[in-house]
Amino acid sequence: MRSGTSGQIGWSGDWEPQMNQVLAGLAEGFEDVTFSQSLGQDIASVPTDSWKAFAEAAKKAGFEVCCDVTAVDWMRQRPERFEIVANLLSMRHRIRLRVSTTIGREDPTVESLTPLWPGAGFAEREVYDMFGIIFDGHPDLTRILMPDDWDGHPLRKDFGVGSVPVQFKESHKVD
Amino acid sequence: MATTPPGNLLMTTVERAANWARTRSMFPATFGLACCAIEMMATGTAHYDLARFGMEVFRASPRQADLMIVAGRVSQKMAPVLRQVYDQMPDPKWVVSMGACASSGGMFNNYALIQGVDQIVPVDIYVPGCPPGPQSLLHGILTLHDKIMAGEIVR
Amino acid sequence: MADETTIDSANETPETVDLWVAGTEEAEFQPTTEGDQEIGSAESKERLAEQFGSVVEDDYVFDDEVADDDRMIVNMGPQHPSTHGVLRLQIELEGEIIRRTKPIIGYLHTGMEKTAEQLTFGQGPTNVTRMDYLAPLHCELAYSLAVESLLGIEVPERAAAIRILMTELNRISSHLVALATNGMDIGALSMMLYGFRERESILAFFEKTTGLRMNHNYIRPGGVAADLAPGWKDDVSAILADLPGRLDQYDDLLKENPIWLARTRGVGVISQEEAIAFSITGPILRATGVDWDLRKVFPYSGIEKYEFEVITGENGDVYDRYRVRVLEIVESLKIVEQVMNAMPKGDYRVDDRKVTPPPRARIDESMEALIHHFKLFTEGFKVPPGETYVAVESPRGELGCYLVSDGKANPYRMHTRAPSFYNLQSLPITMADSLMADTVATIASMDPVMGDVDR
Repeated sequence: MRSGTSGQIGWSGDWEPQMNQVLAGLAEGFEDVTFSQSLGQDIASVPTDSWKAFAEAAKKAGFEVCCDVTAVDWMRQRPERFEIVANLLSMRHRIRLRVSTTIGREDPTVESLTPLWPGAGFAEREVYDMFGIIFDGHPDLTRILMPDDWDGHPLRKDFGVGSVPVQFKESHKVD
Repeated sequence: MATTPPGNLLMTTVERAANWARTRSMFPATFGLACCAIEMMATGTAHYDLARFGMEVFRASPRQADLMIVAGRVSQKMAPVLRQVYDQMPDPKWVVSMGACASSGGMFNNYALIQGVDQIVPVDIYVPGCPPGPQSLLHGILTLHDKIMAGEIVR
Repeated sequence: MADETTIDSANETPETVDLWVAGTEEAEFQPTTEGDQEIGSAESKERLAEQFGSVVEDDYVFDDEVADDDRMIVNMGPQHPSTHGVLRLQIELEGEIIRRTKPIIGYLHTGMEKTAEQLTFGQGPTNVTRMDYLAPLHCELAYSLAVESLLGIEVPERAAAIRILMTELNRISSHLVALATNGMDIGALSMMLYGFRERESILAFFEKTTGLRMNHNYIRPGGVAADLAPGWKDDVSAILADLPGRLDQYDDLLKENPIWLARTRGVGVISQEEAIAFSITGPILRATGVDWDLRKVFPYSGIEKYEFEVITGENGDVYDRYRVRVLEIVESLKIVEQVMNAMPKGDYRVDDRKVTPPPRARIDESMEALIHHFKLFTEGFKVPPGETYVAVESPRGELGCYLVSDGKANPYRMHTRAPSFYNLQSLPITMADSLMADTVATIASMDPVMGDVDR
């Protein structure tokens, strides 16, 4: 693997055998989860129904920290519109795993990871605020960054930037 | 006044005296929001001392302040707070809009920011920069002092 | 002749003076009938006596049990003098003890992630640098590493070394602000002046190299924007010579100071399990005893070549966080010295003309250089489709950049994993069952930067 002066982030070669063990252990219970690698990073694509179950298994396997929960709006580019991405980190195995699931419905709902990792609480509120994705089981799913009475979900692709026209530069149009 | 009065006597108008007093001890209200707040703090500390202008006392309570330096970007959630703090300040009060984001929305021309704090409060001095260095902020503040001394700003 | 109404001596009161004393049998209160109103006829003697103040009944009842509705919700912020930006806390107080806290954020939300989708990849650093405005070079580094990971390019060694030099100096200046505001909030006002005084020398070096004191837009995809200024070694040596003595000054002021110890020891304690559960990283996590530092575990930009130690604390309280930050400044000074002595020669940016602009002098000579320059600054360079997550160790913790590209010249989705966003979630835990007066110390030790939190 790579480490050093390059812009690529990777793990040093010694860790590789252990990493495969951990992921292999995870993959045992879940046949519908596809593991892939991209740019040296491990990704697990999980169907929405097993989102929380897989996360629980990952936590048992050693991923104690949920670094980040975020979402991507693949508006017309992919069949399912929203992709929810969680970055997991295992301190004892020193590996990262990126878990993602896709939801296509207009009122997307997914299970919340907050009961497993309290640190995901704010992140899921932000995803709800910015994308409108509802997290089942979240203790306090309210708007966090925008005012409480704001209309719309700003990071969706059909929400315009909201820029004012300025001289010598056009306002950006929504695609 | 054909004759100049003897040594230790000054004669002036009430306006000039009042303006002199106002400029020499302006108390800023703490309204540091973002990166410009750090530069405002740097202006207040030893290297670019604001204390030599009588202004190092940043009053926490707006009731005791007469200058509001809006240092940073004003978001949608913060706008009512800004207006409320401005309303709580007693007259005479002045507003310095510090930085590009406070003056015009800066580089963030989007839904989240008020494009210029003068949409909410009347501004006396705009200090450009991202963030403006302490020298720029001091120049802005001293320009405000000059304007008040000259009587251009009457509140 | 002793008249009945005169006073015999100064200490004697005349007997005939009719002192009206209620409650005795002799005094009989005659309600007046003067005026239109008749007072007193319907009211009892005792009531009127009470009203006239001659009888006081002690009817103050002590509540032995404090009921739940004796809790008071106090709002702190978003504009408050504890200079940590626009954080709002709703604190439920029972007397002086905090029972529950709710941090309310969003007062600095700038829509940076939406703006990032409108800007090109080359303009990205100008956007992300304003997120964590006390450690802007770290934000730029995370973003640039993510873009380079998608592009599949490697920066030259000199560029990587310059990046480490600048980011470690930035760590020092950020920790100086943390110490300064920490000290000022707890009451050591001179700490504020000391911290910013040291920071000025580092900012002067930044201004010489990058052109700006803050928000530099210096670390860009492909390398850095410009080479180090001539004479940089003297400037860095001056900083290295100056700072250790100043750090001793801070230690004199704070380290054994009984007031400082009383206000910071045992305050704002967080345990290891809580810290890991809340995804807390950085000095706060290291102060609880976990030696997790991304510079050692997932090294970036050549930092594994330099020797330094990971500082850990024991108790996870405010004092340990303060010590961790001071000692991290010492470690960063070591790294800066090693980088300075071993700075490799070479290019300060990658040679790939499709990514980095050509030198300005070449634009006059070569048509291709002109076209490249034009294309890069109007359209921007295109990045192959993919997604990546890259994290660096910022002074506040793990600063990560999740970047998704769909083949165009601007990111499809740019998300920053902001350390202060997650560190703030621990406030309800650290502040629960502690005194109100410890709030300021706890928040100051968390060192939140609201630009990071709200983005």
